[in-house]
Amino acid sequence: MSLKATTRQVDSVTVIDLSGRITLGEGCSQLRELIRSLLAKGHKNLLLNVADVTYIDSSGIGELVSGFTAVSNQGGQLKLLNLTKKVHDLLQITKLLTVFDVHDDEAKAIASFQKSSTGA
Amino acid sequence: MAADPSVVEVRLESTLKSVEVAEDIVQRVCASVGFDEEDQHKISMAVHESMINAVAHGNKHDASKHVWLRFDLFADRLEVHVRDQGSGFEPEEIPDPLAAENLLRVSGRGIFLIRTFMDEMRIHCVPGSGTEVIMVKRIPQSNTH
Repeated sequence: MSLKATTRQVDSVTVIDLSGRITLGEGCSQLRELIRSLLAKGHKNLLLNVADVTYIDSSGIGELVSGFTAVSNQGGQLKLLNLTKKVHDLLQITKLLTVFDVHDDEAKAIASFQKSSTGA
Repeated sequence: MAADPSVVEVRLESTLKSVEVAEDIVQRVCASVGFDEEDQHKISMAVHESMINAVAHGNKHDASKHVWLRFDLFADRLEVHVRDQGSGFEPEEIPDPLAAENLLRVSGRGIFLIRTFMDEMRIHCVPGSGTEVIMVKRIPQSNTH
C-alpha cells in the first residue's frame, strides 16, 4: 500500500489524515501534489495527522520538510499530529523536532493555529 | 579461524519495486536471526536507504543496470552488502544533515540514517565497476548459539 490521504476542514485548519507509506516514488509524489493543490486553493493552515503512517524514509522526511517550507513561504503553517514512536524517533535523530510544531491532541493542535494567526 | 558465513545473495533490477523486494528479504533474514522488532526496523530502514541510493543515485534508474544485495550471516553479526553499477560518491562531500543551515534541505539524510541505524558502515567505490555499501549489525549475545 502506498499513501492514502483524506482532508477535512476544522475551523480555519485543513486536517490531512494520512495512512500508509511516505517513501520515494508514489507516496512522496502524492503528498507533494496534495500540499501544492491545497496551497493553490488558499488553504494555508495544514495539520498532517500521521497516526496511520506506517513508514517514512529519508525521501519522505524530505517531502515533509519541502511541504513545511512551501507552506511557510505562502505565509501559512504546517504542523504534525499524532506521531508514531518510529516517526517521532526519526524526527528526533534528524533534529527536525526542532523545526516542526508537533501535537498529540487534535483540539489543541487546531487551537494552536488560531493563537498563531491572532498573534496571541 | 572464523567460520564461513551463511550467505544469501540476489540480483535485482534498478527499480523502486526492487526496494520493496529487498525489504521483504531483509525482514525474513532478520526474523530468522532473532533480531528484536526495533533492530529489524533499523536494519530494514538501512537496507531501504541503501537500495534507494543504489537504484536512484548509483544506477540512475537505468533498467540495464542491476543491484546486488547480499547477506553474510556470521555467528556474531549480520553483514549486508548493496552493490550498484554507478560511478560512486564521496560520503565526506555530503553536507551534515544535522547542521542548522542544512535542517531544511530536502535531501541528504540517507547515509546519515544508515550510519545511525547500523553498527558499522563502509563504502567501497571501484571506478568503472560500481559502489558497494557494507553495513554491519552485531547480533545480541542472547541470540547467538
